[in-house]
Amino acid sequence: MAEFKHKHIIALRDLSKEDIELLISTAENMREINSRDIKKVPTLRGKTIINLFYEASTRTRTSFEIAGKRLSADTVNITPSSSSATKGETLADTALNLLAMKPDIIVMRHAVSGAHYFLANKVNCSIINAGDGAHEHPSQGLLDLLTMKDRYGRLDGLKVAIVGDITHSRVARSNIQGLTKLGSKVYLAGPPTMVPPGVEKLGDVTVCATMDEALQDADVVMMLRIQQERQGKTLMPNAREYSRYFGLNPQNIKLAKPNAMIMHPGPINRGVEMSTSVVDGDQSWILKQVENGVAVRMAMLYHVCGGELE
Amino acid sequence: MNLLIKGGRVIDPSQEIDDMMDVLVENGRVKELGKGLAAAAGVEIIDAAGKYVVPGLIDMHVHLRDPGLEYKEDIVSGTKAAVAGGFTSVCCMPNTKPVNDNKAVASYIINKAKTEGLCNVFPIGSITYGLSGDRMSEMGELKESGCVAVSDDGRPVINSELMMRSLQYAAGIGIMVISHAEELELVGEGVMNEGFTSTELGLKGIPRVAEDIATVRETLLAEYTGTSIHIAHVSTKGSVRIIREAKARGVKVTCETAPHYFSLTDDAVRGYNTNAKMNPPLREAADVAAIKEGLKDGTIDVIATDHAPHHQDEKDVEFNVAMNGIIGLETSLPLSLCLVDEGVLTLNQLVEKMSCNPSNILGLNRASLKTGSIADITLIDPKFEWIVEADKLASKSKNSPWLSQKLTGSAAATIVGGKVVYKR
Repeated sequence: MAEFKHKHIIALRDLSKEDIELLISTAENMREINSRDIKKVPTLRGKTIINLFYEASTRTRTSFEIAGKRLSADTVNITPSSSSATKGETLADTALNLLAMKPDIIVMRHAVSGAHYFLANKVNCSIINAGDGAHEHPSQGLLDLLTMKDRYGRLDGLKVAIVGDITHSRVARSNIQGLTKLGSKVYLAGPPTMVPPGVEKLGDVTVCATMDEALQDADVVMMLRIQQERQGKTLMPNAREYSRYFGLNPQNIKLAKPNAMIMHPGPINRGVEMSTSVVDGDQSWILKQVENGVAVRMAMLYHVCGGELE
Repeated sequence: MNLLIKGGRVIDPSQEIDDMMDVLVENGRVKELGKGLAAAAGVEIIDAAGKYVVPGLIDMHVHLRDPGLEYKEDIVSGTKAAVAGGFTSVCCMPNTKPVNDNKAVASYIINKAKTEGLCNVFPIGSITYGLSGDRMSEMGELKESGCVAVSDDGRPVINSELMMRSLQYAAGIGIMVISHAEELELVGEGVMNEGFTSTELGLKGIPRVAEDIATVRETLLAEYTGTSIHIAHVSTKGSVRIIREAKARGVKVTCETAPHYFSLTDDAVRGYNTNAKMNPPLREAADVAAIKEGLKDGTIDVIATDHAPHHQDEKDVEFNVAMNGIIGLETSLPLSLCLVDEGVLTLNQLVEKMSCNPSNILGLNRASLKTGSIADITLIDPKFEWIVEADKLASKSKNSPWLSQKLTGSAAATIVGGKVVYKR
């Protein structure tokens, strides 16, 4: 079996195809634990994991916490409202103070792109990125890959449409990195104000002029959340017009392959990027993504600890 | 103390000299230039074999952080860095605390530089009171106090009418206006150049057009009013083209670029390197090529460092949080000498851009080795190889993207007013 040599998981850009395949195959194994009656194994017993979330999160934080607990690690959650961040403490000082308490892993979400690299240079524990600015969200990328593999049994040769605000999306960047490394093609669509320069050079990426073009014969349609909080007021007229050109609905989904899978990293703005009937329809894999999130995060925690599966 | 600088290659654009000569300095002024000059008794002889002997280098854009921000730099450490880099004069920007918008601050800077500094310090006052952008500072008093230009460097004068009136008013006073050309709405929350690298790193970009559009405004205002303007830290191919075209129309515009804009691209930001974060940001290869072209064809008149010291606590943080700017005084000369090696500039042109042109633009009356001139002289060792090491830099701050890198060329000696203030 391949060996995972990384101490940190900060970006799928930093991982090889083999690393990504290993994480996904470990996650597949971890799923068995999640279906047991007693959902706990002693793999990470005695390990301490700090979930340090500088940005709001429900899904990701809960998922990491459950993942840690199912592996018997001790998990502690810190959010800015209950920490020293509001008192003006720097990230480095917060990290050094946490480090003094000897954690094995810090799982962090932070609004600044690259904050994890900065942190990794300051501490000697493992760092896992739970989302940094508009850079990457590797656990989301991995769980998306696992979900696609569940549907198609492979991760090469897929046509994946990603629609929405690419500029501000760390989910899009992690998916582009992962899908390209595994041999799939990515088609992007969004208002030109939300497509960053040079994005086609990030991997096997085609920027489409319209959403219809991206949807055409797609195996996977991934819709991104419209992040009002990150867009300011200048990137689009309003949600109504956005929905008209970049919303997924029962009509335009027909352009994709029959029974193509529909994904969304959540939280969803129903009626904006996706109509409710699509969110709740037969083609939606959105809740499966969430379910897979726990297994993927167990795999990530397991591999950065470098332990052995029982 | 009198000096005889022997056996160097003297390059003095003011007299069109490029020849092996000796320079005799007496009582702080150049006494004589000639071959085989003999030293009288008591004259200190400086062996300049293998060195270039040039009019003292002038950096018309530095931040000395004094008064008020002495934890980053002060007039003593800043001028120490200057002379180590071969500069005999520096012009310091007014964004100190308090702002240099009045006689008291200008006088403080001048007096401290005279008593404790190692080189000439020519302060630059602010265009607007307190850098507020809403009314002119007392430019007349600033000039009388010794300021050689006015600038709101660090931010543009947003109000176009106020900028136009400032150009007219300054022209009446006879003081140069230096513009920080940037359209702030387009800069937004950007932290690096907008391009492929910002896309990959997920960092908010600053589009080139943010600078270009402001450069257009400044050249049009200068053209309309018939006044002079100097554009600071040109970083884009667009700005170079706009200034080239304005000069061709007869607009009285001059400009400068900084060594980092012809030495680095935004690739240097990779790894979220905060020592590659400055404003304007590092651009792309096409811009670097255009900057070099602008230097070569004379569109860009001056190389100035925008020496911007920041404390470690302000740089050793997350990228978005880090302050803008890098130090430059001690690395400018070797980086600029690369332009000569690459054939972008002749040695003569390099001396013009690092000494004569800034002196002429600001009316400093320096930058010459003619008999009777103030003896500000730099000896350059073009072959000396050295490694940029934080603990050997004279600047209080160490925010350089060239740390641990090998550079070639340095000041061998720096002479200010006939006094050797630095010798390697």
